[in-house]
Amino acid sequence: MTLTDLANPTKFLSLTARLLPWLAAATAILLAIGLYQSAVAPDDYQQGATVKIMFIHVPTAWLSMLVWGVMSLAALGTLVWRHPLADVAAKAAAPIGASFTFLALVTGSLWGRPMWGTYWEWDARLTSVLILFLMYLGLIALWRAVEDPSRAARAAAVLTLVGAINLPIIKFSVDWWNTLHQPASVFRMGGPTLDRAFLIPLLVMALAFTLLFLTLHLAAMRNEILRRRVRALQLIQAAQAGRRSA
Amino acid sequence: MTALAALIRRDIAIALRVGGGALIGVLFFLTVVVLMPFALGPDLALLTRLGPAILWLGALLASLLTLDRLFMADHDDGSLDLIVMGRTPLELACAAKALAHWLAAGLPLVIATPVLGLLLNLDAVSTSAVALTLLAGTPALTFTGMIGAALAVTLHRGGLLLAVLVLPLSIPVLIFGVAASQAAISGLSFGAPFSILCALSLVSFVVGPFAAAASLRHGLD
Repeated sequence: MTLTDLANPTKFLSLTARLLPWLAAATAILLAIGLYQSAVAPDDYQQGATVKIMFIHVPTAWLSMLVWGVMSLAALGTLVWRHPLADVAAKAAAPIGASFTFLALVTGSLWGRPMWGTYWEWDARLTSVLILFLMYLGLIALWRAVEDPSRAARAAAVLTLVGAINLPIIKFSVDWWNTLHQPASVFRMGGPTLDRAFLIPLLVMALAFTLLFLTLHLAAMRNEILRRRVRALQLIQAAQAGRRSA
Repeated sequence: MTALAALIRRDIAIALRVGGGALIGVLFFLTVVVLMPFALGPDLALLTRLGPAILWLGALLASLLTLDRLFMADHDDGSLDLIVMGRTPLELACAAKALAHWLAAGLPLVIATPVLGLLLNLDAVSTSAVALTLLAGTPALTFTGMIGAALAVTLHRGGLLLAVLVLPLSIPVLIFGVAASQAAISGLSFGAPFSILCALSLVSFVVGPFAAAASLRHGLD
């Protein structure tokens, strides 16, 4: 079973049919462990129990950027290597990424109200993530605007690669500008500054959310492949009906 | 005359002659700037403070409005297919079309700025600062907008989608354009935001044609 075998949609469908139940189970278990660890984690001396929003807010924020990265790789697969399943992967990932970005914005906003006194602030980090959300929505709109899926794939691939410039801007926004959002505490030079009591549940939740994305993504890819098969069958049926009546 | 020069000359002639592409943009710019005092109230001090931002927003929306005619007219009469299949590299052809579009639609906006600055009670320093930043920034708006125009060329009702795709990419230009104008007015460091604005334009000169050419090649079957 080589990587090129995965390019065959039928083989992909049978492989994911066997793989998905295990992935879903692993996701559920890790989420349960992560949520338990988040619940028993100590309160912050300043923020109290509110700090526990971090265990959902930070993983969804990381995922929102990771998903755009996955879509960029898929876009390269479409444009450069013409991989048959690359555009299926890209189309399936877009709504999931948009949902993660939305969750990051909402949980961050709910966290900001008690901490900063405001639901929203136009600082660099929040603004650039909002722009990422708008770009996800624009990408989904572009996918739906073109009738033929493979042509839509190429247009969406170009837009995904152009939009990838936003990812380093988001990551370094807290360093380049004076922001209300706190600077990087985990992925920084010199290692994480987060205490282990918070870092471990955070990493477990991050892994759980990543597995959740993987599960949802593979399931969405399966749906997209089946959807395209249905469309092809409908086109054949319409063509035959046309020929019979002609 | 080389192919690119001919392409530029043709595009400018069409824009100035048919359908009034250039003047419609300036007219929309004027409309937006006139609408603002109706919304904000006639307080002149407030208008002076907001002047650079209003002018920049008007210019952004006006250039967005004229963007879809960049490729749409050529696509409709088939000349876009000839350009894509021609011997000139498609990236250079896209850059030439964007340059022609800027000369015909973006430059008039810059020229109209001093007149509109009077409507917003801006003095000579502020108006020239805004005009200078618009001169440096409108090429970036045209060249990055070209990416959206190329993506939306095959969609007949793609106008609104074009705006949604292009606006997130234009936000940095808007931010630094207004920042440079405000810095020039208040006497603070003008060089930093203005340099970044020029850098954004220069980057768009490279990225825009390549992305637009890729979209056209892959999108037109």
